[in-house]
Amino acid sequence: MILSTKARFDLHGPKPFLKVKLIYAALISVFYALCLFSFSTIAIASHDTYRIGLTPVFLHDQSSALKQWQSYLERQLDAKVEFVQRDTYGEITDLLLGRHLDAAWICGFPYVRHNISLQLVAVPVYEGEPLYQSYLIVPNSDNKTRDISDLKGKVFAYSDPDSNSGYLVAQVAITSKGFDPKHFFQRTFFAWSHRDVIEAVAVELAQGGAVDGYVWETLKTIDPSLIKRTRVVMKSKKFGFPPIATYLGIKPERLNKLQKAFLSMSSDSEGQLLLQRLNLDGFMVSDDRLYFDILAAANSIGED
Amino acid sequence: MLGQMSYRYKVPLVMVFTIIFTGLIVTVIMTWRTVEDLRDELFHNAIKVGTVINDTLVSALKQDNVWLAYQTLENASAQNDGLDERVFIMLTNDYTVYASDHPKLFPLNSELRSVNAEMARLEAHFLKFNSLEPYTYEHPSNLRIYIVSPIIDDGVALGTLIVGYSRSILLPRFYAIVKRVIFALLAVMLILVPLGAYMGKRMAKPLTKLAHCLSRVGKEPPGKISCSLHEGDDEVGQLGVNFRNMIKELAEKESLEKKMVESERLAAVGRLAAGVAHEINNPLGGMLNSINTFKHHGSSNDISDSTMSLLERGLCQIRETVSALLVEARVEGHPLTPQDVDDIYTLIQSDARLRTINIEWQNNLHETVAIPSTQTRQILINLSMNAVQASEEGGSVWCYINREQNDLRINIENDSGHIDENRISNMFEPLVHDNPNGHGLGLWVTYQLVRQLNGEIDVKNDTGRTIFSVSLPLERAA
Repeated sequence: MILSTKARFDLHGPKPFLKVKLIYAALISVFYALCLFSFSTIAIASHDTYRIGLTPVFLHDQSSALKQWQSYLERQLDAKVEFVQRDTYGEITDLLLGRHLDAAWICGFPYVRHNISLQLVAVPVYEGEPLYQSYLIVPNSDNKTRDISDLKGKVFAYSDPDSNSGYLVAQVAITSKGFDPKHFFQRTFFAWSHRDVIEAVAVELAQGGAVDGYVWETLKTIDPSLIKRTRVVMKSKKFGFPPIATYLGIKPERLNKLQKAFLSMSSDSEGQLLLQRLNLDGFMVSDDRLYFDILAAANSIGED
Repeated sequence: MLGQMSYRYKVPLVMVFTIIFTGLIVTVIMTWRTVEDLRDELFHNAIKVGTVINDTLVSALKQDNVWLAYQTLENASAQNDGLDERVFIMLTNDYTVYASDHPKLFPLNSELRSVNAEMARLEAHFLKFNSLEPYTYEHPSNLRIYIVSPIIDDGVALGTLIVGYSRSILLPRFYAIVKRVIFALLAVMLILVPLGAYMGKRMAKPLTKLAHCLSRVGKEPPGKISCSLHEGDDEVGQLGVNFRNMIKELAEKESLEKKMVESERLAAVGRLAAGVAHEINNPLGGMLNSINTFKHHGSSNDISDSTMSLLERGLCQIRETVSALLVEARVEGHPLTPQDVDDIYTLIQSDARLRTINIEWQNNLHETVAIPSTQTRQILINLSMNAVQASEEGGSVWCYINREQNDLRINIENDSGHIDENRISNMFEPLVHDNPNGHGLGLWVTYQLVRQLNGEIDVKNDTGRTIFSVSLPLERAA
């Protein structure tokens, strides 16, 4: 811009020296003023960034959907949004508890565990209600297994020790059959995401797995060939859907803004498109009662 | 079968066999080389992959993270560098499967020996051969080649990584080589087979010709076998030279034999004729004497006179014939002079003129030669008269008399035309004649005279002429 201005001066031929000098000085000061202004806006923005943690409760490897969701939320919040992803539930929970995150999409199990320090922002609505199930899956080649007790002495894949659907539900099921979950399987391992549990079962690395029903159903349309290689043996009762939670003590206006941003998704077309990609109906406000069943389950195996 | 075959086919066939044989050897060597290279490639590939994923596998083992181990192996397996059919197996130190990219084949936590026989062999091998260095394990009944490398952390083996490559990946490479070699062979054959056929034909040509010529030997007279064979310093060329010499010698031998047989026959006939002539000659003289006595002293009347005359004429004819048969050697004092020869020319001229026959007389004698004149003149008269008589009217007769180093050469030729070969063979036999006016003894007598002088006589056809050639050795000056 400065260069083009200078070029225009040159076009008008030589000017008296002092006049030219004054105009240069003015231009330089305007430039500095602009620079200072832009720095201050960056500083303001960094202060006003919403850091949202994501766990593998959903398909967090869908980068393009995440990007879209991020820019959507940035517009809704009128602030910068940063998604923070970690491989385990534990890391995200720790970040949230340490107030390094403004909110996080965590599982109901860590939520009830750390209920004393956390509060709900919004709960996803899936198939008309804020509920989901845990699925017990086996490889499609296995047509014998009818119950988790048929998997005794086999290799079993959990998703995460902090997952309700991918760990706690299975533990409770084994315990309710009168077995000790520690010695029930020949071997167990954590695949750290629901999708990987499905894959571990599909390739028969594990003969059984506990998985988030919502993830399994969503993958049915995204990756049908993977899903076809697994079979659902049992569906658990319905539990509260993994919520968007924040730490207790967050500024009310931040909480409100966040809540509004999530809740408004179902009311505009871009948000609906996003929800469609996430295979959700929307978000709603709920309370802790939604997660009593998870709490009870955790208590029943002494995990709390 | 090949031994019986013509070289025309044998040479290109042998070439084709040689090419195929060479191709087979090349295939075997190339295949072996490729298999070796592939084995090296597999080994280095496995070591490379093993090195890359070693640290991840170490942390998977340390954290007991099966899923991490599986994902690592799965990813390594997916980047297969064109080497399909790889399996990755990760073992703990007690040889149980910790993870594999083929969990169905190698179930988690299973003991290696319980997986299958191949794995049992592998485990047995581990127990015998424990090494911190990577190595290749192969067994003829294994489906795979295994490259075994320990998962090392700080110099300690935490587990073992096995990369198995299907042996069947060698097959397509093998086929590719075979295909390439076959194409190369075909290309080479395309050039060499016609070349072989050409060379075979070239090689076989003189041989077949020689074989053909040789087959004629014994069936045909050697003089008639004329073969233009390749002659040179090489083996076939030498055969050609030798064959030509052989035929020449055979022909000479045959003609020599023929001559010997002929002269023996003529000698026998001569002896017989002379014997008979002697036996007739003796009483003949008596009979003629008796007739003579009767004519002078006997009572004569017309009947007895005419009878005696008849008897005398008949006996005289017999005496003439017998005396011709006897060919008595009357050695006369004077040797042959040029004049003697010219006298004969004069003698035959009257006959020749009568029949308008042209005589070309070349007497090349300029001095007396040491040879009996009587017999020689007789020979000359006989042959030249014979030639004149054999000629048709208006024909020609050539007479050449030459003195050579040790011989007198007489050549009498006429243009009476071709004489049959059979006729030539009995030309000098007595009482065989073509001239109805002759007694058929002329040539026989000539032959006897030549033999008396130790000379040789020969007759042959040459371009429409009949040539009698006589060679008489000169007498040594005593």
